[in-house]
Amino acid sequence: MKVQSLNFKARSTEALLDDDLKAALSNVKQGFIGKRAEAVRLVPEWEQIRAEARDLKNHVLDNLDHYLVAYEAAVQARGGQVHWASTSAEANDVIVDICKQAGAKTVTKGKSMVGEEANLNGALEAAGLEAMETDLGEYIIQLAKEAPSHIIAPAIHKTRQQVSDLFHEHHAQYGLHERLVDRSALVNEARTILREKFRCADVGITGANFLIAETGQHVLVTNEGNGDLTSSLPRVQIVIVGIEKVIPTLEDASCLLRLLARSATGQHFSNYTSLMSGPAQPGDLDGPEAFHVVLVDNHRTEMLAGELREMLRCFRCGACLNHCPVYGAVGGHAYGWVYPGPMGSVVTPAMVGIENAPDLPHACTLNGRCAEVCPMSIPLPRLLREHRRATFERSLQSASARYGLGLWAWLAARPRLYHWATRWGVAVLSRLGARRGRFSRLPLAGAWTQSRDLPSPQGRTTFMQEYRQRQSDANAQGGQGS
Amino acid sequence: MKSVGLFVTCLVDLHRPNVGFAAIALLEQAGCSVSVPDSQVCCGQPAYNSGDDVSTKRIAQQVIDAFESFDYVVAPSGSCAAMIKEHYPPLFADDPVWLARAQALASRCHELFSFLVDVLQVKDFSAEFGADVTYHDACSGLRELGVKEQPRTLMSNVQGLMLKEMDDTDVCCGFGGTFCVKYPDISERMVDDKAALVRQSGAEVMLGGDMGCLLNISGRLSRVASDVRVYHLAEVLAGMAAIPAIGEAANTEEQP
Ligand code: SF4
Repeated sequence: MKVQSLNFKARSTEALLDDDLKAALSNVKQGFIGKRAEAVRLVPEWEQIRAEARDLKNHVLDNLDHYLVAYEAAVQARGGQVHWASTSAEANDVIVDICKQAGAKTVTKGKSMVGEEANLNGALEAAGLEAMETDLGEYIIQLAKEAPSHIIAPAIHKTRQQVSDLFHEHHAQYGLHERLVDRSALVNEARTILREKFRCADVGITGANFLIAETGQHVLVTNEGNGDLTSSLPRVQIVIVGIEKVIPTLEDASCLLRLLARSATGQHFSNYTSLMSGPAQPGDLDGPEAFHVVLVDNHRTEMLAGELREMLRCFRCGACLNHCPVYGAVGGHAYGWVYPGPMGSVVTPAMVGIENAPDLPHACTLNGRCAEVCPMSIPLPRLLREHRRATFERSLQSASARYGLGLWAWLAARPRLYHWATRWGVAVLSRLGARRGRFSRLPLAGAWTQSRDLPSPQGRTTFMQEYRQRQSDANAQGGQGS
Repeated sequence: MKSVGLFVTCLVDLHRPNVGFAAIALLEQAGCSVSVPDSQVCCGQPAYNSGDDVSTKRIAQQVIDAFESFDYVVAPSGSCAAMIKEHYPPLFADDPVWLARAQALASRCHELFSFLVDVLQVKDFSAEFGADVTYHDACSGLRELGVKEQPRTLMSNVQGLMLKEMDDTDVCCGFGGTFCVKYPDISERMVDDKAALVRQSGAEVMLGGDMGCLLNISGRLSRVASDVRVYHLAEVLAGMAAIPAIGEAANTEEQP
């Protein structure tokens, strides 16, 4: 996926004008937020589990090398192969290579955000392979040739009508000529086509929610069961996954699973939570002949070593997106890459370079609702501030913002001058605004007044001026009295 | 008697001196002696939130210098109080002397309503305000300092005041300091949503505890021609809400 985060401002303005998007985003609000709150309310020990999960992931991050090597050994012991990819490009090369060696023609894919990071579909297609997404949302955006707009609901921005149009256009080749309108007809149509693809695929590629170091298994959580069919039917199974997903034991997975679905969709548990492990063993009735895991770094070790370390606790539940009022206003595509919302504004600059996404950490009011709901207790506003520091140090903000701030900071360090200047400012503004009590237009304040009036100052003096005046009046009176 | 240094906040200083005087009245009524140091300007958030730590530190040192001699520092704003309380100390992580001073001040810094209710345990100011009101929870106060129940406790003791909670009272209004002028289109959508919720509540008056949000929301309300009036809760509690609301004309006689 080409990074377009430099255009955040223009993309967000465009998004705000899109009425279909507005309707779709109101579903995010209404659907996810209430359901999550109710699911959390039913778990009295929620905060305790949250603290455990945070400690668990911190422990893993402190010992990441140990657990990754242990996981590798456990996978090998079950007959699987582990590949280490330091970049997305390396991961793609490894996967294309495995497919070629297996003589594969078709690939089915379960939803994987690490795959999106790498634009794996693009790499597979470039290598002449037919790659098909099997998560319904991913399938829809694959047809539309778009990036996901939400990390757990990739096609949340699409209306039913738009999906109907896409199927009409792309399924003619499978013999669909009528227009499908209702939801279940659309789902059935996708299911029919996907069934056949599942059956014929040579290779299945999925992500993983957790890697279990102790056993070499991985956990895959879906609502559609497509991950299971993708994993178990083809001859060759590949898992592409970020290195931060490893955890020590199965028991640890149960702690995290209690948080995951509740935070994501408000379900107590997702429809399918599957444990998988390696290729088919002698005597197994089914399962893949070959099993590969591709462990992807892609800037994660840099995050581990730096100020963004806590971000690696993220298990991609999407709660921070659902509760973010900025995401709720502009949707996912405005962010210009595969990860949107609060977590995206931290991760994207770390992966694509802050110079390619300087707006993302600033396009936030730091209201803290994301951190409040994040099940992994990630201090997202603090991490966004870390990026802001970097944009300041490297002068990546607009010149007007920098000079404005510089002037203000200079003045703020000189209280007497500051109070003198504000006295004049207030005197002038209050005279101009006294009649209406507010301004609907004012030079230099266009960004404010384009959408709201600017209340004029209450009176002709600043508080400090008035307070001193009252004090000296009181002193004068006290002086006369004595 | 407890000595309180009032951190006026730059927006109250510029836009709404009445809130500063109301805060002084409330603190004095609750038995404090209040001073207003001259050398205060701003808590430093514009610099801090823009990533300019050097300027922020300079401003923080100025605030610490000005206020550390008082028993308490109190601000009629959750956002500025949170800045001093939560964000000053980490700025000086590498400087033991200033770190100790920042921590000492942080431990004695409070947002006005939580200071009155939690620290002084004064919950009733015998105020009267005959209106249906709704209350906007400002984000920093709410999430960084836990200011939620305190203003409601105080409002419940105001005679005539009927609280009509709006939906999503804890969702950001889109102010965000420099955010609202850096990303005006996004801010507009957020404040428009907020203004709609305020109007749906059926209240005649909206109250809050942070001038930033109050200026933002009142500006949007008047832009969409709503007659909901906006005050800082301190003005109501101190019986000082007889003046025109925020953004309302001082002289109600229409000029021809
Ligand atoms: S940052 Fe937290 S809330 Fe957001 S996706 Fe990651 S774990 Fe979920």
